Amino acid sequence: MLDHILSILIFFPMVAGIFGFMVHKDSMRAYGVAVGVIEFSLSLWLWFAFDNNVSGMQFMEHLPLVPAFGINYILGVDGISLFIIILAAFFTMIGIASLPDTKDVKNMIITLLFLQMTMIGVFAALDAIVFYVFWELSLVPMLYIIGAWGGPRRIYASIKFFLYTFTGSLVMLVGMLFMAYFFYQATGTWSFAILDWYRLILPESFQLWLFAAFFVGFAIKVPMFPFHTWLPYAHGQAPTIGSVILAAILLKMGTYAFIRFSLPLFPDASVYFMYPIAIIAIIMIIYTAMVAYAQKDVKQVVAYSSVSHMGVIVLGTFALNVEGISGSVFLMLAHGVVSGALFLLVGVIYERRHTKMMDQFGGLAKVMPRYATIFGLMMMASVGMPLTINFVGEFLSLLGFYQQSHILTLLAGIAIIVGAIYMLAAYKKMFFGEVTIEENRNLPDVNKRELLALIPLAMITIWLGIYPKPVLGPINNSAEAVVQLMHNKATSEEAKLRIPNVSGVVISKTSMKEGH
Amino acid sequence: MLSPVNVSLESLNLMTLAPMIIPIVGALLILIIDIFKGGLDKTLYVMISILFLLLDFIALLNAGGVFAKDGIMLGVFDVMLIDGLAILSQYIIVGASIFFIALALSKKIFHEYSYPEFFALFLFMISGFQFMVASDNLILIFVGLETASLALYTLIALHNRDKSFEAAVKYFTMGALAAGLYSFGSMVFYALTGSIEINQIATVLAANEYADIGYVLVAVVFMLASFGFKLSLVPFHTWTPDVYEGSSAAMAGYMSIVPKIAAFVVAMRLFEFLIHSNVVWLEVVLYAMVVITMTAANIWALVQSDVKRMLAYSSISHAGFVMAAILIGTTQSNSALFLYWILFSFTNLGSFTMLWMSRQKELPGYQKSDHSFEKFSGMIKTSPIAAVVMAIFMLSLAGLPPFALFWGKIYMISSAVTGGYTVLALIMALNSAIAGYYYIKLIVFMFMKEPVVDSNGEVYVGNATTATKAIVGFSLIGTIFAFVALNPILEFVTTYVYNSGY
Repeated sequence: MLDHILSILIFFPMVAGIFGFMVHKDSMRAYGVAVGVIEFSLSLWLWFAFDNNVSGMQFMEHLPLVPAFGINYILGVDGISLFIIILAAFFTMIGIASLPDTKDVKNMIITLLFLQMTMIGVFAALDAIVFYVFWELSLVPMLYIIGAWGGPRRIYASIKFFLYTFTGSLVMLVGMLFMAYFFYQATGTWSFAILDWYRLILPESFQLWLFAAFFVGFAIKVPMFPFHTWLPYAHGQAPTIGSVILAAILLKMGTYAFIRFSLPLFPDASVYFMYPIAIIAIIMIIYTAMVAYAQKDVKQVVAYSSVSHMGVIVLGTFALNVEGISGSVFLMLAHGVVSGALFLLVGVIYERRHTKMMDQFGGLAKVMPRYATIFGLMMMASVGMPLTINFVGEFLSLLGFYQQSHILTLLAGIAIIVGAIYMLAAYKKMFFGEVTIEENRNLPDVNKRELLALIPLAMITIWLGIYPKPVLGPINNSAEAVVQLMHNKATSEEAKLRIPNVSGVVISKTSMKEGH
Repeated sequence: MLSPVNVSLESLNLMTLAPMIIPIVGALLILIIDIFKGGLDKTLYVMISILFLLLDFIALLNAGGVFAKDGIMLGVFDVMLIDGLAILSQYIIVGASIFFIALALSKKIFHEYSYPEFFALFLFMISGFQFMVASDNLILIFVGLETASLALYTLIALHNRDKSFEAAVKYFTMGALAAGLYSFGSMVFYALTGSIEINQIATVLAANEYADIGYVLVAVVFMLASFGFKLSLVPFHTWTPDVYEGSSAAMAGYMSIVPKIAAFVVAMRLFEFLIHSNVVWLEVVLYAMVVITMTAANIWALVQSDVKRMLAYSSISHAGFVMAAILIGTTQSNSALFLYWILFSFTNLGSFTMLWMSRQKELPGYQKSDHSFEKFSGMIKTSPIAAVVMAIFMLSLAGLPPFALFWGKIYMISSAVTGGYTVLALIMALNSAIAGYYYIKLIVFMFMKEPVVDSNGEVYVGNATTATKAIVGFSLIGTIFAFVALNPILEFVTTYVYNSGY
């Protein structure tokens, strides 16, 4: 069974979703939770069976799909994708478990299960076309979730979300077809297998164009400035569960794809574009942090802060060294946990008051102490307090980029201070002071169902903040492999210099531990 | 004193005619039955038509077997040309016809199906298309084209609505113009080369190194305009949405598939050698035509308020997309054309059948046309399965993986990449993004809006029977599981196209 565990992980939710049509709608939530728990247990089993010392792909599956055109169903995980898969399974589980009473709950849960299939598929696929299939397919359930359960302007938001990402990924598709064609020219056979592509060394001029084509697709998904405009809209209109999944998992597809595709395939181009991308990332960090400060709607604050942190992830990725890449992968997980939790928390208060405007709150700490505590913890994590999960990732990402440029890292570091400002300001507006609005006086504190989702997230936040090694170890291994591959493939002098040779230096494990 | 002409029967190779003769015999049989006993039910004629089409298909399989063994066959004074293109396109023509004629088994009674002549004309039309693709003789192509077109005009008019008459007359007028342009183009080619066989024309033109390039261009312009009408390429597309709107959904779906593949094959035979002759001008014109057809049709489709008109513009856009294959002109692109069209047939069969199943005889007040978008509002609430099915067809048309058309699309774009048309590849990809909007629009109506009136979903299956549901099921399976059959189809198509020398 372990031989096909990835296929099972991908298609189990889909099959369960199809069977879900038969389940009565009153019992649907229990069914959804059950499927979520099974899926999450399977993903934990995957982790348990995962060999931490292997840096390459594990649990590979290979099935010819269209051999005449080089399309194969290839799956595999390494340290980079393993934890994102677990995170996806985890968030779907708690997402379904904490789902508030919604209309058409049956359709919602079936859609979530289909979404889970596409999410896990993206992170497990090792064939560009299979990757693309899941990547595109993930748009449809999200379109439905935003469009059917969202706020007043949900249709506009959902279509904007769909068209933005669809356009970007079509450009990426052309890039993939070019890549396969170059592979065909070099070897005489068609192949879309990513591991095959890794062996192909392209001239720098080709790399630049292909990098750009892939970049459009990934950057819109991340979303990077100036393609980010769809995201606050989508978050603003999406229901809580939609925002949670979008922020926690779907956005990670873009940053994950940078590490899986852009860096190892185009090392020279990555070095070439390192500064422009770093500058975009820093604009993204600072600008969206400032925008977040100006928001009146707490969900928009969280949405913009989420974009801001995605900038740090991109920065870490384009540090092009082990610290940066493993830091950015870790930050992906951290960002997933923290921003997912923050969106859940915003959902909690929205359920009670049906408003997200911060001036409608105030003094909530007295009324809802447990809520305020968890919110406070997550806010601290989001700001990047030491001993929380975000700190490890942010620190490593910035440490990685510090080796490339001191000044840019300093600028990015400022953003964390700005982050502290807007987050603390938002927290103050909502929780401190006197209760001014009468309706807030009798708000019930978080209930069991919500705690079921929030407590595990809080625990992870602290656990991985204090002791990140179980997760960071495998990530680090695979990040080393990526960097080594890039170093070996790089053709230009500049790139050889910028991308460190890992095997030459013994990576000091201590540098990893500076995180805590 | 004329000496008697001795032609041995074997040299005529009459077997090449068999696939075309079978539907003609079927049509005649239907007419004869009607003479002996009138007033028989449509089911009889549907079944007879299907039986003959199945026979036709078997004859094609046989011809395909012979082609695989012996290569290209000529017959009947070398007028008939049975090569891979002819066989592949006939598979599509006959295969699609079998399903579309079965759509006559609707629950509601429609005027046209009470005439046995409808079915006879249908079979004559198929035979016309078959002649058209199985020849490189410009005159026989013309005869086939006109046989088919005249039958098709009548079939549209038989639907017996005001809009159908308008559609038929419009189609007829445009078709007549196209026929005129076609014959004029052929005439110029004949004047230039003394032949009406496309391969002869190619040989002669190549031999004198396109000395009379001016005249060649004149001929090409006429031909291009003529095929522009038949393939509904912009700016010759204006008839398409009106004709689709006027004809029944079953007939509109048929028109989006069968006549076009026939025209594509002829266009491939004719334009391929011209493109390869480095007549730069033609390449530029075709390039512009492809890009404009794709883009403009997509933009027009954005503002349609009727699903059938939207699908009409979408099929114009798809035609432009596929026309790119002829522009690129490599074996891969020509294979992509057939692959794309096979997958397109499945999807369009499904989506038009869904429209056909929801056909109403009287329109409620909120509905301005037969299939306005409002009609599908909130469909997920009233009939969820039908809504999901329709959504899958729309996603397939939009080119979302893993549904059928996605595979056609990547193979087509890939052929543009390998053919050196980078910008075209990018334009094709971006056009899919534009097209995404109007397909999603229907999904938005179905999934995200509230139903306009309280209905129990009856309207969406008002015209459905077991037969139509089975057809939808069949095309649904074809659309979803296309990737399973993709490799054999791709290899098959590539072999046939390659062995025909394209």
